[in-house]
Amino acid sequence: MKSIMETLAAQPIFADIDESTLTLLAGCARHQRIHAGTRLFTEGAPATDFHLIREGRVALGIYTPHAGLVTLETRGPGQIVGWSWLFPPYRWHFDAEALEPLATIQFDGHCIRGKCDSDPVLGYDLMKRFSTLLDADLRSTHLRLLDVYHRAPTS
Amino acid sequence: MTPTVARVVDRVVEGPGTVTLVIELSDALTAPAPGQFNMLWAYGVGEVPISLCAVPPLTNVILHTIHDVGAVSHALCELRPGDQLGVRGPFGIGWDLTPARGQDVVVMAGGIGLAPLRPVVEAILADREAYGQVAVLLGARTPNDLLFPAETAAWSLSLQVETTVDRSAPGWTGDVGVVTTLLGRIRHNLTDAVAFVCGPEVMMRFGARALLDRGVSAEGIQVSMERNMQCAVTMCGHCQFGELFVCSDGPVFPWARVESMLGVREL
Repeated sequence: MKSIMETLAAQPIFADIDESTLTLLAGCARHQRIHAGTRLFTEGAPATDFHLIREGRVALGIYTPHAGLVTLETRGPGQIVGWSWLFPPYRWHFDAEALEPLATIQFDGHCIRGKCDSDPVLGYDLMKRFSTLLDADLRSTHLRLLDVYHRAPTS
Repeated sequence: MTPTVARVVDRVVEGPGTVTLVIELSDALTAPAPGQFNMLWAYGVGEVPISLCAVPPLTNVILHTIHDVGAVSHALCELRPGDQLGVRGPFGIGWDLTPARGQDVVVMAGGIGLAPLRPVVEAILADREAYGQVAVLLGARTPNDLLFPAETAAWSLSLQVETTVDRSAPGWTGDVGVVTTLLGRIRHNLTDAVAFVCGPEVMMRFGARALLDRGVSAEGIQVSMERNMQCAVTMCGHCQFGELFVCSDGPVFPWARVESMLGVREL
């Protein structure tokens, strides 16, 4: 298994990051193996951590009484699951469930926030990197809202 | 310009509002190429351009997958075995597989866009060793809208096939998200890859840009344009797209040739 430092360095969002920052990040992270069907987090629960997926897929969704977990989006290798650890009130807005056995790097959100608070330069750098992923998520959501595959009947 | 009289010999319901017609022609057409289209005439209703969804060895049998979105396509979707229709074609310039030989390949299809790309995948499979790593990325509105599930499952035995839907449904355990997110799943390097993209124009724009971001060159991306093609022989001008006529210069174009024009909102 690759070390956490090696895995993080291979991720596009951490491209060109300096080694000291990577070391700080790795200090808040650990390897994790998760069984298929495991609920990674649940709507309303405290958002304390997040995962970088190395292997497997995760469903992000909302639980409904009649349909169970309605999947809004899936995440796979190289993608991050969970952003609520970054924003008050630090509670999950969705559920996340492992669709397959997962290998992830799990980050302690409180640990990373603490390091960013004490070093604004680091905090700004990481925020810019995380923002690119949030921006990509937002664009994907906008595209889905367009419902491009649905063609209204013409005369 | 005169349609050949043809007869539906089989009709397969592919999903909500989508059928594939197997059509037998009274006179054999010129052998079609992947990506070309025929004009299908529903008698008493009108004529529409529909891409070939397969290039069978017999030139008097053709397959078209049709999505019911208007009066003519609705009339075509309602045809049953034994019913007649008119066929003109094949028209246009299709997919150019030549630059893909010896290279890695990405096929990105959204919705009904898989129909014109199916012959591309079939051509690759028929000569598999001539191509490098091949990834087929499929997007659809819902799981029920996924086309050709049996074929795509068979493709996955020798190609990387990734599928996603915009909206999940009960029982669906596959991916949910836009088709461009599947690019991150491709296991091979995309530099020097050749990409074939077909789907709604918005999807193709975002798809092509995502491919460029991944290192595919603009010349290496081919897209199939859709415009209002009526005569199919550059006489009516309805499909004019800047200096191009989609019916004869396309419908398949290198991205580098159409990218700038797709940014012109009045075109």
